Amino acid sequence: MAIEASPVSQRPSVLSKVARNWSVRIGVGVLALLVAVAICAPWMGTVDPAVMDGAVMNVLPGHSGEFTLLDGRAVKHEFWMGADSFGRDIWSRVLYGTRISLIVGLFVALVSLTLGGLSGLCAGYLRWLDGILMRVMDGLMAIPGILLAIALVSALGASLTTVVVAIAIPEIPRVTRLVRSLVLSIREEPYVEAAVALGTPTWKIMLRHILPNAIAPLIVQGTFVCASAILVESILSFLGVGLPSEIPTWGNIMAEGRVQFNQYPHNVLYPGIFLAATVLAVNMLGDGLRDTLDPKFNKRGSGK
Amino acid sequence: MSRVVLDVSGLGVALPHGSDRAHAVRDISFSVNAGEIVCLLGESGSGKSIIAQTVMGLLPAHVRATEGQALLLGEDVLKYTPEQLRAVRGVRMSMIFQEPMTALNPVMACGEQVDEMLTQHTALPAEERRRKILDIFAQVKLPEPERIYASYPHQLSGGQRQRIMIAMALMLEPALLIADEPTTALDVTTQAEILRLIRQLQREHNTGVLFITHDMGVVAEIADRVVVLQLGKLVEQGTKLEVLQSPREAYTRMLLDAVPSLEPPELAHQPEAPAVAPVLLVRDLQKTYVSRNWFGRKREVDAAIGVNLTVERGETVGIVGESGSGKSTVARCIVRLIEPTAGHIEVLGQHMHGRSIASLKPLRKKVQIVFQDPYRSLNPRQTVGAAIIEGPMNFGASRTAAWQRAEALMELVRLAPSALNRYPSEFSGGQRQRICIARTLAMDPELLICDEAVSALDVSVAAQILELLAEIQQRLHLALLFITHDLRVAAQICDRVIVMEKGRIVEQGRTRDVFTHPQQPYTRALLAAAPGREFAFGHKHAALAPA
Repeated sequence: MAIEASPVSQRPSVLSKVARNWSVRIGVGVLALLVAVAICAPWMGTVDPAVMDGAVMNVLPGHSGEFTLLDGRAVKHEFWMGADSFGRDIWSRVLYGTRISLIVGLFVALVSLTLGGLSGLCAGYLRWLDGILMRVMDGLMAIPGILLAIALVSALGASLTTVVVAIAIPEIPRVTRLVRSLVLSIREEPYVEAAVALGTPTWKIMLRHILPNAIAPLIVQGTFVCASAILVESILSFLGVGLPSEIPTWGNIMAEGRVQFNQYPHNVLYPGIFLAATVLAVNMLGDGLRDTLDPKFNKRGSGK
Repeated sequence: MSRVVLDVSGLGVALPHGSDRAHAVRDISFSVNAGEIVCLLGESGSGKSIIAQTVMGLLPAHVRATEGQALLLGEDVLKYTPEQLRAVRGVRMSMIFQEPMTALNPVMACGEQVDEMLTQHTALPAEERRRKILDIFAQVKLPEPERIYASYPHQLSGGQRQRIMIAMALMLEPALLIADEPTTALDVTTQAEILRLIRQLQREHNTGVLFITHDMGVVAEIADRVVVLQLGKLVEQGTKLEVLQSPREAYTRMLLDAVPSLEPPELAHQPEAPAVAPVLLVRDLQKTYVSRNWFGRKREVDAAIGVNLTVERGETVGIVGESGSGKSTVARCIVRLIEPTAGHIEVLGQHMHGRSIASLKPLRKKVQIVFQDPYRSLNPRQTVGAAIIEGPMNFGASRTAAWQRAEALMELVRLAPSALNRYPSEFSGGQRQRICIARTLAMDPELLICDEAVSALDVSVAAQILELLAEIQQRLHLALLFITHDLRVAAQICDRVIVMEKGRIVEQGRTRDVFTHPQQPYTRALLAAAPGREFAFGHKHAALAPA
C-alpha cells in the first residue's frame, strides 16, 4: 500500500542523497586527490620523467642525491620511490603516469557512453534498426576485448587517441545492450504513449522522454567502464603494445620493473599501488551511485 | 462459541526517521472473534496493510511495532522470536495476498508448494499429504485437483491461483486468516466467486478473518464488523450495518457518499441532436495478434473483432468489460498507439487511414487519451508545464501562447498555476491525474478517451476526478469515451454503455436500459457480480435498497 508521496521539498533530493553516501564520498575524495596530483605533478618535487641518469640506476626509495638533467645540469633530488634500471625517477614517472590513466579512463567512458548510448537508444526505439545494429554488436562482443585493442593499436599506431579508441570500441556493445534494455522498458511507459498521442516527433520522444530516464543507470555503467579502461590501458602498456615505453604510464613502469622484481620490487610496487587505489576509488564511486540513483529506489515516494 | 482469536490493543508502529509521518499506525485497538469477518477499511496511506504485516511478523526491517500488543489466541505475537513466529504461521494464522501472480513460486508445481507447508508443519506420510491436498483443492472448488496439483502457476488463471493461495492458507485450519486485498487484482465475476468461497470456508472452519480492503462494495458483501482507518488512526468501528447505514464519523460518511451508485441517474442528460458527422465512428474494427513459434506455425489471437461504435458531440460512451475483453485494445486502436488489423475509423467525418506521422496529424489533434496509472503517465524528468505545452508546440503554437493556455488550464483542473514549474513527483495521484487531463485539454481535443482513468485512485479522489470530467465535458462539449471495469462508475457518468466480452461487443444501449434491463446473459452476470449490490451507495447515506 503506497503511502502518499510527500512533497519533494521535504524529501532529500537525489543530489544530497548521493552526497551523503560514504562510498561516493570516499571514491570522490580519492579521485579528487589523484586529479590534483596529475595537475600539480610538475610542482611536486618531480623531474622530467623521461630523462635517464646512469649515475642513479636502481637507487632505493628514500635515497637523497643529485639528478643530472638532459642539459647536463645536476639538481638536488629526493628519490622518494627510487629509480629504475635506466636511472629514471619513479616518483616523477608515477605522478605523470596518473595523467595518462585518468585521461584514458575519462575519455574511454565518454566515447563508449556516447556511442553506445546512441546506438542503444536507436536499437531500442527504432524496431527496423534493432536487428542489424544488435547483430553488429554481437559480432563485436565475440572478439576478446584486449585482443581487439591490441590489433587496433598495432594497426593504427600507438598514440593516446588510438589507445582510447581501441579500448572504447570493445566497451560499446556492452553499453549498447544496457541502454537498449532500458529503452525497451521505458518505451512502454504511459508517458511515452502520451507523447505519441500528442503528436511529438520520434526524435524528440527519444531525446526528451526516453534518454533522460535512462541516464542514471548509464552514469553508473560509465564509472565501471572507466575503471576497466584504466586497467586495460595498464595491461596494454605492460604487454608493450600500448603507449611507447618512454611515455610514463603505470603499465610501462611495471613492465620495466618486472625483470628485476626480485631485487628491486619498488619499480612495480608503487605504480601498482596507485593503479589499485584509482580503480578501487572509481568502483566505489560507481557502487555508491548505483545505490543512490537506482530507479527502483527513487521512482516513487514509497510503497512496495 | 465466539472466542477471541485476535485481540489488538493500543498498537503503534513507528516509521523510520525521515518518513512523512512518525507512526504508520497509532493507538489501534480491535478484535476478531472465531467465525467472524472483520474488515479493515481505508484508503491508501491508512496503514491497513501495516497492521496485517505487524500481526504476521512481516514488517520491513526498518519498521517496528513500538506500542501495544497483538494477542493471537491469548499470546502476544509482537514478543515472539522469529522461530516462534515461523511455528505459528500457517498453523494458527495465515495470510492471502493481493497479487496471485507473484505470491506463488513460478518454477514449482502448485501441489508441491502446498506440500511444502505440510512437510514443514506436520509429520504426515507422503501418501496422506497428497490426499489432504487433493481434498482441499476440491474444497476450494478447483477443477480436476489431480491436474492442478501438477500444474505450474502460469498455466492457471488469476482466480485459480488465488484459490490455491486460499487452499494453502486454510490447509492447517488456522484460527486466524488475514486476507490483504485478495480480490483487488481480479475481475468482478471472479471476485464474487472468491468472496463467496472465503465466506463459505470461513463458516465451515469457524475461522476468524481479518479482511483488508479499500472497496466499500466488498465490505458490504462480506463483513460482519468493520474497522475504518484514516492516515494510521482508527476512525470508527462497529457492525456492518452500523457503519454502512448510520456512520458516526464524517470521514466514513464521506467515503460512503463517494461510492458511485450502481443505479443510473433518472434523467441522464440528453445528448444534442446528432450533428452532421459523429465525432467518432468506428466500423468493423479488428485487431489480431499473430505470433509465430520456431517452426513458423502461426498462432492468432483476436483482441478485438467486429467492433462498431459511434460517439456524438457532448456524449459520454462507456465501454465496460473484464480484463481480456478487448476494451483497452479498442481505445488504443482509436488513438493509434497500436495499428488496427482491419476496420474503418472516422474522426469528424474524416477517414483515418495511413500510418505515417503526417497522415495521423489531424487525429493527434482531435483525439486525446488519459491513462490509468497517474504515477507512470507523466515523465518524471519533465516539469508539469513542459508536459502541458509539449502538444500545442508540436502543432506550431509559440511557447508563450502555450504557456498562457497552460496557466488557464491549471485553473480549469483546480491546480495552482505555480504547479507548472514543479515536477510530477511533488504531486499526489489525484493531482497527477488532473495534470494528465490538463495535458490532453491543451490540444483542444474533440474526443477524450479515458482508459480506466480513475481505477488506480482512492474512491474519494476518483469521485472528484469524475466530477471534474463531467464539468469539463459540459463546458467544452467534449465527446468522452470512457473505458472502465467498474460498473458503478459507468452507471453514473455514461449516457450509453457498450459491454464487451472476449474482443466482441455483446450488448450496447442507453445506460439506464442496459443496467435495468440487461438483454445478454454476460451483462446480467457482470451486474450480478458487482459487490455490495444490496446497499444503495452514493445516495446521501447508504440505505438498504428494496430487493
